[in-house]
Amino acid sequence: MPYTRCAVCKYFRRRCAPDCVFAPYFPNNNPQKFICVHRFYGASNIGKMLEEIPVQLRANAVESLYYEAKCRIQDPVYGCVGIISSLHQQIQIAESQLAKARAKIYFLDAKFTTVESTSSLDKSLIHQNRVDYVLDDPFNTLFY
Amino acid sequence: MGSGSSPCASCKLLRRRCAKDCIFAPYFPPDDPHKFAIVHKVFGASNVSKMLQELPIHQRGDAVSSLVYEANARMRDPVYGCVGAISYLQNQVSQLQMQLAVAQAQAEILCIQMQSEPEPELPAAIHPSLMMDCDTKSLLLSGSNYTGDFGDQMPHLLSFSSSNNNVIQDPLKRESLWT
Repeated sequence: MPYTRCAVCKYFRRRCAPDCVFAPYFPNNNPQKFICVHRFYGASNIGKMLEEIPVQLRANAVESLYYEAKCRIQDPVYGCVGIISSLHQQIQIAESQLAKARAKIYFLDAKFTTVESTSSLDKSLIHQNRVDYVLDDPFNTLFY
Repeated sequence: MGSGSSPCASCKLLRRRCAKDCIFAPYFPPDDPHKFAIVHKVFGASNVSKMLQELPIHQRGDAVSSLVYEANARMRDPVYGCVGAISYLQNQVSQLQMQLAVAQAQAEILCIQMQSEPEPELPAAIHPSLMMDCDTKSLLLSGSNYTGDFGDQMPHLLSFSSSNNNVIQDPLKRESLWT
């Protein structure tokens, strides 16, 4: 099997040790990933961070660092904090809209209940009138 | 350093002379050493310096604040950092959008039900002219005040956006979480 260096060791033009901490996460077919992360964190800091994290979580850590670095490239001032701020605003707007929608439901439901009870009241009044006329109509003409 | 009194937090930590034009001095005062310490731990002083040099002066304050925020998030959660917070918030937005869609659908259904509520049916045997007296008739007409138009009664409720409105807006970067 030909010897291949990881993207980090290739960048630094050094020998890639068999136990290189970067090798599993920075393959040499994606040099941009390391360049992006290295620009903001530095290889030394990344190495220290990885060593402090359990092995099974290191891939996720590298991906999150890569994501944050890309956000910082897109937005050099706020980075991914701009996204967090935007999400907070979206949540506020959605909560406000939801409160309005629920208030409308409550209002409509109350109106609907009022209409139904009014309709029931009217029906009972009509029924009452019918009974009165039945009593006054000896020939039952109202039923034909 | 600027004033020449005491070195800024970064020069103090790095144990070097704080120059008059120290790039860190305006943003890392000596009375808050933790702020620079955490940024230095995650990003490194030289990287922070490069980042600040690439920005116009009036944006550097916000940039430092965002770096401090990210560094704090990374210290709290070494695996996911800020990405964990983003994931959580995106989930919240999705849930709220679902709840909003359900609520708006419910409101629409209620509106339709109100509009299609039939007039109370009269028994066929009752002669219309004998049906009711004036008082009962006026009660029917005034009590049923639904017309499908709630504009006069609840104008503020009708101002809520329709179900087609896109809740997700373009990212706004003006608001700072740290101010």
